[in-house]
Amino acid sequence: MTSHADMSRPESILWEELVPGGNHWSGLMRRGTALRLTDLQGGANLSALFYNFDERLERYNMADTLKAQHTALLTRGHVLMSDMGRVLASIVADDVGGHDAFCGVSDAALIREKYGERPFGVARNAMYRNGRDGLLIELGKWGLGKRDLVPGVNFFSRVIVGEEGELSFATGHSYPGATVDLRFDMNVLVVLSAAPHPLDPKPEYAPGPVLLTAYRAGLAAADDYCRTFRPENARAFINTERYFAE
Amino acid sequence: MNMLIESPLDPRDAVLDEICPAGEAWMGTVRKGQTFRIVDLEGNQAVDTLFYNAHDAEERYSATDTIRRQGRLYLTTGSRLISSEGNVMLTITADTCGRHDTLGGACAAESNTVRYALDKRPMHSCRDNFMHALNACGCAHHLGMSKRDITSNINFFMNVPVTPEGRLSFEDGISAPGKYVEMRAEMDVVVLISNCPQLNNPCNAYNPTPIRLLVWDPV
Repeated sequence: MTSHADMSRPESILWEELVPGGNHWSGLMRRGTALRLTDLQGGANLSALFYNFDERLERYNMADTLKAQHTALLTRGHVLMSDMGRVLASIVADDVGGHDAFCGVSDAALIREKYGERPFGVARNAMYRNGRDGLLIELGKWGLGKRDLVPGVNFFSRVIVGEEGELSFATGHSYPGATVDLRFDMNVLVVLSAAPHPLDPKPEYAPGPVLLTAYRAGLAAADDYCRTFRPENARAFINTERYFAE
Repeated sequence: MNMLIESPLDPRDAVLDEICPAGEAWMGTVRKGQTFRIVDLEGNQAVDTLFYNAHDAEERYSATDTIRRQGRLYLTTGSRLISSEGNVMLTITADTCGRHDTLGGACAAESNTVRYALDKRPMHSCRDNFMHALNACGCAHHLGMSKRDITSNINFFMNVPVTPEGRLSFEDGISAPGKYVEMRAEMDVVVLISNCPQLNNPCNAYNPTPIRLLVWDPV
């Protein structure tokens, strides 16, 4: 849906890392860098949480993000807002057009009921993992825990809301090679799990891998698509720039 | 859905019967088996509400677990309010409004600057109410709660429809004077309420009003 001009310059790539299906990851993305998420095989789900790295009490806020942008689905142009009215990250490119923001993650009970048990002793690193435990493991590495486990974003997964609020999972929403690019507008602790989406009706446990590609993106320009997408976004960028003013 | 279910309980039998004035916070404990009712006295009043396990606040209401477990976005009679540990905290047993929101969250000084204008920061907000209650209420002090514990809440009596295309809007309330929602506690819970003071959108019909809170012992 948008050009990946930055990616045509290989010198802009900082690093690449694979998150195997079901696995979890966390790391620091500095202001002005970006992360390309690639659904390598199609049908992946990447649950993501975002924290201000320098003050982790400030974190991604689902409600503030959705209501400020009048949407329940996230796509290009949208920004991920913190509870302090600032822009943690911006969705600067999106092949699949719409990511779930309100269904949360799978937990151990859901995975067991849906797919059965496959512990490490049986399956080694192909063991069944769930989203909640994966996120909590990563949060723990940064001194965070259950109190910090807030609603996040499920990239590559779409859930459709019916007339009476009934939910249906959009099967086949993402496809092999589909990408989403996040530009970080603050120093952000990113916490990820590639465990299955909790509403994915697929009967077998087969979460897809996601490739992370970090690259230099620079700061949002005055005419940045995400900044000008809505007046609310412009004000959130002002709040962010005031925070970094020196 | 949206079945309107009335309660057989009589307010004269309630063990707690209090008014929370417009724009104020309220905090209290509801024991397992007790029934808790919130009454929208004058209509169209959003009631921002959080629940915590009264013995371990690390276990708290989870909007996402509640939504995905019931496979439905809105709350009404029969909805089970799920904790972050996957346990049922409360079950909605009566509802004369028909639909309650759990996506819209709470207003805050900072989000008001984003949603409305930078100079709206000084306006009273739900997060200020939550923060004040955590400072002022003994039960919060006992549980060691702080900003870190303010998570995604329920907005009783608030109407936030989402379309199949994913559009989300704050609509005029579907509530009316005297409408109420009632829930049975399935564990001992601490209730943290902000009777929403928002003046910039229709969630309170631009006129925040008082609510009535009642608790009954199990019959």
